[in-house]
Amino acid sequence: MQIYWQLIWAYLKIGIFGFGGGYAMLSLVEHSVVDPGWITEQTFTDIVAISQMTPGPIGINSATYIGFVAPSHVNPELSGIGWGLLGSMVCTLAVVLPSFFLVLYSSHFIRRHNESGVIKAIFSGLRPVVVGLIASAAILLMNRANFCPDGETNQLITSIIICAAAFCLVFFSIPFKGKQVKLHPILVIIMAGLAGYLIYAF
Amino acid sequence: MNIYWQLFTSFFKIGAFTFGGGWAMISIIEREIVDKRHWIERDDFLDLLAIAQSLPGILAVNIATAVGDKIKGTRGSVLASLGTILPSFIIILAIAIFLTPETIKSNRALSAIFMGIRPAVVALIIAPVITSAKAAKLTWRTVWIPLVVALMISLNLGTVSSPILYIVLGALGGWGVWYIGQRGIRKKM
Repeated sequence: MQIYWQLIWAYLKIGIFGFGGGYAMLSLVEHSVVDPGWITEQTFTDIVAISQMTPGPIGINSATYIGFVAPSHVNPELSGIGWGLLGSMVCTLAVVLPSFFLVLYSSHFIRRHNESGVIKAIFSGLRPVVVGLIASAAILLMNRANFCPDGETNQLITSIIICAAAFCLVFFSIPFKGKQVKLHPILVIIMAGLAGYLIYAF
Repeated sequence: MNIYWQLFTSFFKIGAFTFGGGWAMISIIEREIVDKRHWIERDDFLDLLAIAQSLPGILAVNIATAVGDKIKGTRGSVLASLGTILPSFIIILAIAIFLTPETIKSNRALSAIFMGIRPAVVALIIAPVITSAKAAKLTWRTVWIPLVVALMISLNLGTVSSPILYIVLGALGGWGVWYIGQRGIRKKM
């Protein structure tokens, strides 16, 4: 049973000290779960690869997966879906709860002082910064892994076309049955997946 | 339909189609929560993003918590977070139980699909740069701020590229401008 407390403790720490989200947290997660020998380095690399091929935040994906496999890896008596499920749940809750309460507390605090000049002033300074943060997230993702993992020019051009087309579809309205409609981002993701399948699968 | 149920299903949808972390959710949240349901205003959403990004933890969950709380208080934040978490929890659990990582990694069709999705996800983050720039009501006096922030963070220079640094500076700057204004020394910024 000790492994569950260790997992909870490790994921609480990840939840508290992991800033920046996603891949910025990755090295912290790696140290916390590979160093104690709960999973192998290879399994960790697999989890990252799976996270890139499934929806959802990588922090949640890793907590769920590691929580499932770690108990049986450490103690063979704990193999079985029930023990794995328990591990998945405690890890996921542990990684989520600290920031959940922090966000909730901060939001309530800010709402209570909604009308204060200081809070308004702080947010007027923050808004331009947030625009920059979103822009930097976009720039950082325009990398080799996302656009041409195999280093081929054709792949790069295809990716740029998909990116530009997806942008136009999501950003500009198109006339449809006499009304101006914008495509839903989810629909655009599905279309991009379909395009990828048609282009690369054969 | 009950608003709590709507909130949960909206975020379940958002969680199920968020590839590549919290920033990729922004487009979908803007469409679902701001444009379609009119639950929050676009500039309020920017403020919530600032809160979510300044605190530690998983960005996507932080955003869901802040937005859920803004719409329907604590209960709303629980439902929004659960909705965001559950799709990936269920999918990863199914993979852990039924498949090995190898079958996923070496699946040709899945790799092909994601070769298409990844560049599109980048586009889904470029779009809100423009919508949020409008919502932030940037003027010629403030437009340099996002440019400098984006440049510094994308250069990846360690501490000077940490988003937290710019959040702190932005908050201090906003406060400073207000403080100077309060004291009546309103000089040209």
